[in-house]
Amino acid sequence: MGDRIFYGLCAIAGLLTIFVLVEVVYQLISGASPSISRFGVGFLGHSRWAANFGIFGAAAAIYGTLMSSLMALTLATPLGIAIGLYLSMMAPPAIRAVVGPLVEMLAAIPSVILGFWGVAVLAPFAAKYLEPWLHSVFGFIPLFGEPQTTGLSIFTAGLGLTLMVLPIIAALSRDLFLTVPGELKDGAAALGATRWEIIRGVVLPTTVSGVAAATVLGLGRALGEAIAVTQMIGDGAGIHASLFLPGNSLASRIATEYTVSENKLEIPSLFYLALILLVIGLVTSVLARIISSRFDVQRTLAR
Amino acid sequence: MTDLSATVERDPSLPDPTAPLTASGSLRRRAIVSRLVDLTASGSALFAVAMLGLVVFDVAKRGAKALSLSFLFTNPSGFAGGGIANALIGTVLIVAFAALIAVPIGILTGLYLTEFAGPRSRSARALRMVLDMLQGLPTIVVGVVIYGLIVATTHLETGFAGSVALAIVMLPLIARSSQEMLMLVPHTMREGADALGVNRWRSVVGVILPAALGGIATGVILSTARAAGETAPLLFVNSIYNPNATQLNIFGHGVPSIPIYIYTNYDLPSQQAVNNVWGAAFVLLTFILLANVGARVLLARSRAKMSG
Repeated sequence: MGDRIFYGLCAIAGLLTIFVLVEVVYQLISGASPSISRFGVGFLGHSRWAANFGIFGAAAAIYGTLMSSLMALTLATPLGIAIGLYLSMMAPPAIRAVVGPLVEMLAAIPSVILGFWGVAVLAPFAAKYLEPWLHSVFGFIPLFGEPQTTGLSIFTAGLGLTLMVLPIIAALSRDLFLTVPGELKDGAAALGATRWEIIRGVVLPTTVSGVAAATVLGLGRALGEAIAVTQMIGDGAGIHASLFLPGNSLASRIATEYTVSENKLEIPSLFYLALILLVIGLVTSVLARIISSRFDVQRTLAR
Repeated sequence: MTDLSATVERDPSLPDPTAPLTASGSLRRRAIVSRLVDLTASGSALFAVAMLGLVVFDVAKRGAKALSLSFLFTNPSGFAGGGIANALIGTVLIVAFAALIAVPIGILTGLYLTEFAGPRSRSARALRMVLDMLQGLPTIVVGVVIYGLIVATTHLETGFAGSVALAIVMLPLIARSSQEMLMLVPHTMREGADALGVNRWRSVVGVILPAALGGIATGVILSTARAAGETAPLLFVNSIYNPNATQLNIFGHGVPSIPIYIYTNYDLPSQQAVNNVWGAAFVLLTFILLANVGARVLLARSRAKMSG
């Protein structure tokens, strides 16, 4: 009898969890439906967002989301892998026990605080040093256009996102590298391989899909981050090639418009943006799952 | 007597066996490359730690100016002058209520995964996938959903709506960590309880849960700290309130919170306000970092207990 009740409780909790996800999907679709039926798929390709004229399009926000997230991944992936290698293969145990948790703690900083710090410290630094330097060296590439004085830009948002994604990739890749069987590494070392050759020849090839999954998880985090990006990206309109101009991301567009609704299609359009974010979020987590399950298969075969 | 060594033709592509055993040419190059990689990797780790230090240092340095007992115990006045007492109380209320919702559901979900569903069963796989998806959900999306579910129907922003949104953020974290901790409980303990003829639910409540308690508590602390710092879920559902009043009725009114206090005041033109926002950020960050350190210590101790 007690067993039945207990099983029932646990099963209800599990069902409730599934129900939460179903409810999330249902709410977003029903909330967005006025905007979906009005704008259709063209919403994705239209770059103008003017709430007072009833014009809504997601293209500029999608562009800002992609640019800032890709920039964050470009910087954070090699750094994160390097940190993972350091923590799993190079650091003495005493240092590992301190540095590992510290790196993970970077992820614990609330995004509103990191964003505020970004506005107060990172943006002026970027506007004064980083952006002018990049402009003077790589100015011929349209991405590195004329810097603005405020420093609030897609570039600064990308830097902030780098700090948020870095601990995720670092911690996951460290855990992955620790799973590489010691015999493989010892075997390579016995053949006279240097540490770098062990990394390149044994550690990275056996964990490549896991590292890819970690990167995709980091990407999911970057794509969906709202608050810190809203604070740093500068709330600009339109699509510009230069990273140094203010922009918007899907999440920051939603977060900036939370107080006002000037048009009856505005809230449905915000739901539409959230629906796009949901689809992106689900795709990334499923993708990471598929990649890492392939990784599991590889590991079981290797044993 | 002929000279034997002269008759053996040496293959010129093989290394000379009489060469001295010191690094030269490509071997030296390989060692240098490896050394450079070592330096890059430790430099990267140093960079990450330095960035954490920099953020914490900046927040502490600027926040310390605002910090005093009266800052913690008085309500704001004017535009983010005065203290942050109401936001502190509000954050505690909202997060406590969110934990009240998420902790039982999360732990029971973890129990379902470990105690009732086989690890390869279809229901367990589906549930794990749902937990992954919930965890990957952008938190702003959660806010929008609760806006549609609660605020749009009642036309009222409440602290309760904020708690529900935070509970959705916490749920997958608690379920996942509980599941992992329950899996660490040695099989011998379960089998021992079974051998004594103990009911399943009694063995769970009396044996398995107590053994995993430290680890589960770690997950609860970490997810609570995470929820306390979340802004995006609250933005749509709990950001309209009188910013200078204490509000204890989370069901009838919007309730002030520290993250929303920071988000709505950080770009005010008054220096006093910006100082106070740094102060609030310092208080929140201190709580979150201490909770993280505490959770780690707890986890290490309960791991040691379980394996020892």
